Amino acid sequence: MTNKSVTRRGVLKSGAVAGTGLALPTIFTASSAAAYTNEPTGSSVTLGFNVPQTGPYAEEGNDELLAQQLAVEHLNGEGDGGCLNTFSSKALQGNGILGKKVEFVTGDTQTKSDAARASAKSMIEKDGAVMINGGSSSGVAVAVQGLCQEAGVIFMAGLTHANDTTGKDKKANGFRHFFNAYMSGAALAPVLAAEMGNERRAYHLTADYNWGWTQEESIVASTEALGWETVNTVKTPLASTDFSSYIAPVLNSGADVLVLNHYGGNMVNSLTNAIQFGLLDKVANGKDFKIVVPLYSELMAAGAGENIKGVLGSMNWNWQLQDEGTKAFVKSFGEKYGKPPSNSAQTCYAQTLLYADACERAGTFNPCGVVEALEDFEFDGLGNGPTWYRGADHQCFKDVLVVRGNENPTNAYDTLEIVEITPRAQVEYDPEHPMFAGGELGQCNPGA
Amino acid sequence: MDAILLQILNGLDKGSAYALIALGLTLIFGTLGVVNFAHGALFMIGAFCAVTLQKLMNLSFVTLDETQTDFLGNPLKVETPYVEAWFGPEVGATIIDWSVPLAILFAIPIMLLVGYVMERGLIKHFYKRPHADQILVTFGLAIVLQEIVKYFFGANPIQTPPPDALSGSVDLGTMIGFDPNAIIYPIWRLVYFGFAVAIIGAVFSFLQFTTFGMVVRAGMADRETVGLLGINIDRRFTIMFGIAAAVAGLAGVMYGPLNPPNYHMGMDFLVLSFVVVVVGGMGSLPGAVLAGFLLGILESFASTTWATTTIPGINQIIIYLVAIIVLLTRPRGLMGRKGVMEE
Repeated sequence: MTNKSVTRRGVLKSGAVAGTGLALPTIFTASSAAAYTNEPTGSSVTLGFNVPQTGPYAEEGNDELLAQQLAVEHLNGEGDGGCLNTFSSKALQGNGILGKKVEFVTGDTQTKSDAARASAKSMIEKDGAVMINGGSSSGVAVAVQGLCQEAGVIFMAGLTHANDTTGKDKKANGFRHFFNAYMSGAALAPVLAAEMGNERRAYHLTADYNWGWTQEESIVASTEALGWETVNTVKTPLASTDFSSYIAPVLNSGADVLVLNHYGGNMVNSLTNAIQFGLLDKVANGKDFKIVVPLYSELMAAGAGENIKGVLGSMNWNWQLQDEGTKAFVKSFGEKYGKPPSNSAQTCYAQTLLYADACERAGTFNPCGVVEALEDFEFDGLGNGPTWYRGADHQCFKDVLVVRGNENPTNAYDTLEIVEITPRAQVEYDPEHPMFAGGELGQCNPGA
Repeated sequence: MDAILLQILNGLDKGSAYALIALGLTLIFGTLGVVNFAHGALFMIGAFCAVTLQKLMNLSFVTLDETQTDFLGNPLKVETPYVEAWFGPEVGATIIDWSVPLAILFAIPIMLLVGYVMERGLIKHFYKRPHADQILVTFGLAIVLQEIVKYFFGANPIQTPPPDALSGSVDLGTMIGFDPNAIIYPIWRLVYFGFAVAIIGAVFSFLQFTTFGMVVRAGMADRETVGLLGINIDRRFTIMFGIAAAVAGLAGVMYGPLNPPNYHMGMDFLVLSFVVVVVGGMGSLPGAVLAGFLLGILESFASTTWATTTIPGINQIIIYLVAIIVLLTRPRGLMGRKGVMEE
């Protein structure tokens, strides 16, 4: 048996070697801690597309996914380049983002907040997604935005219309390109006044959840500012499938306008029911009865069929616009998929390009660099005209469309006609506006 | 008064769908002892029979119109339905216009077949299993069926409008002495109520006045004794499953014009219909019908502004509230047999 003596010098030497060995990975970890969540280290970067693939908004989610895939193709230099050719920023060269090939993973939000958070978490933690994009619900957007803030990745919201997304629930890591309920009210009001006058009595049916409430608040405020009277505001359960009990009393209420603060299946059914009850054929208070659906989407319009004829609403974007950005996007999307894109598809496409462009301009995928690049960024050429990503709340400001159900559609896609392109200045508001009050943007979180 | 009458009409209308679905459910429970959670899916399949027929009738050939362009600037593809080409534009358009009522004829054999295949292929293997197993397997089947429909038809609702002659509304108030516009009601909703009454009447008549029905009722009362008499009661019960499926399917066909069908519509009605069956009395056909209309009317009144202002949220819980009260005070349901659900 060998007797090895333990010396002070030996202990110190061994300790120094062991300490260096142990410190080495810590140094590397410290290095990555100093960077950010999911810093791309290879030749590719992964984006996470979180859209409803099942559930009632699956069609809308599918449209978003098609647009996101198209955006990835364009970023990687495939296809015709789409809006890369019209985008005012020329940072994107069609060679990926910062020279890295763009790859993507997808998640299914199911239009449920918990499921959306779980799928986003999985894409961030397991797939290394550096940005999450998409969705078709404000509840989902707020939930995923909160998660992305905690995780230290950027959230580029899809279709979310509630004021709260960039109001009381705004987050530094979250950005909304889509318009909001306040903007719908501001855009619709002048058209409503011009077409229906200033002496109207409105009856609101409102989906009983966060988005419905904020839209009702916005539309009530803007129509009452016109001189309209609000006769009644009735909340309808989100799970309602038949609205006859809510619509039957409308005609005898003294109202001459019905405002449907509904979206998706709720909107399709409530509008169908209202038409069945013959509201649009009636005269109330000596005026033709009217229906307004403040938030339209092409897919919902298709679901409502002929019932939407003549009914006014608002949209973030429509494929029938004639600017160069829209034409480029519609051509790319239409030639690839055989149909024009919806406004939720356009917003997801634009968001993906905007994120990539911000990375290029910032020279990093670090969320804080991206936030800085996106804040107060002014751009054009993505289909919405001159647009401003306001730094104070991360809300995009651009023109808003007032549309009407087409009386004489020539095909399955022109179900809506553009009545007016409301200028951006008309829908802008102060970041401290009461409808957006509460909540703090906070600091960007790079995570890791 | 006019508001009360309007809500009664709405309640009868909602109740029609509840009663028709619950009737089939309780028929299956009463004959086969199976708790069929796929019954809502049968209602949905019925609605999609109307969608399918509408699509078949709109099958078109394409011609290019060089004078117009599509969204990509290509010559516009104009679609002309074959039925309009075969029968002339007017007759063809009329046939397409009446596709929902015509779908009744289309749906009956399909629903009978779906019911037969469902019972023979799957549900018969679960007769002797606990109710929990039956619920799980039929619920799973419902999900499979709705995903199949979603695969072929998409997730968006699809309009199946009523014929022009039966669309729009009628001023019922003026017929009974009220002011104009006091009681306006959609024609198709009145048609739906009348249709539901006719179907319910037909099912009861079938069971009451035919030998087949008599045997089925005897089997429901004492299956073993009927079997000992040499009657193949299982075969008759299988046919009754098919009939129950057809009733649910027809309810779905006619419901399409009220609210556009989507793949999820069966689930929307499923739980409500079970509550209707429980309130009416498990296995009681008159109970299902009575409870269907009663809960429909209560739900309508609970949705009025007065009710929701007085008790916020009452519109969302009224049906379950009634179910709780009935289960606590009369577990067998309004018209259930003594002993059922009371052990």
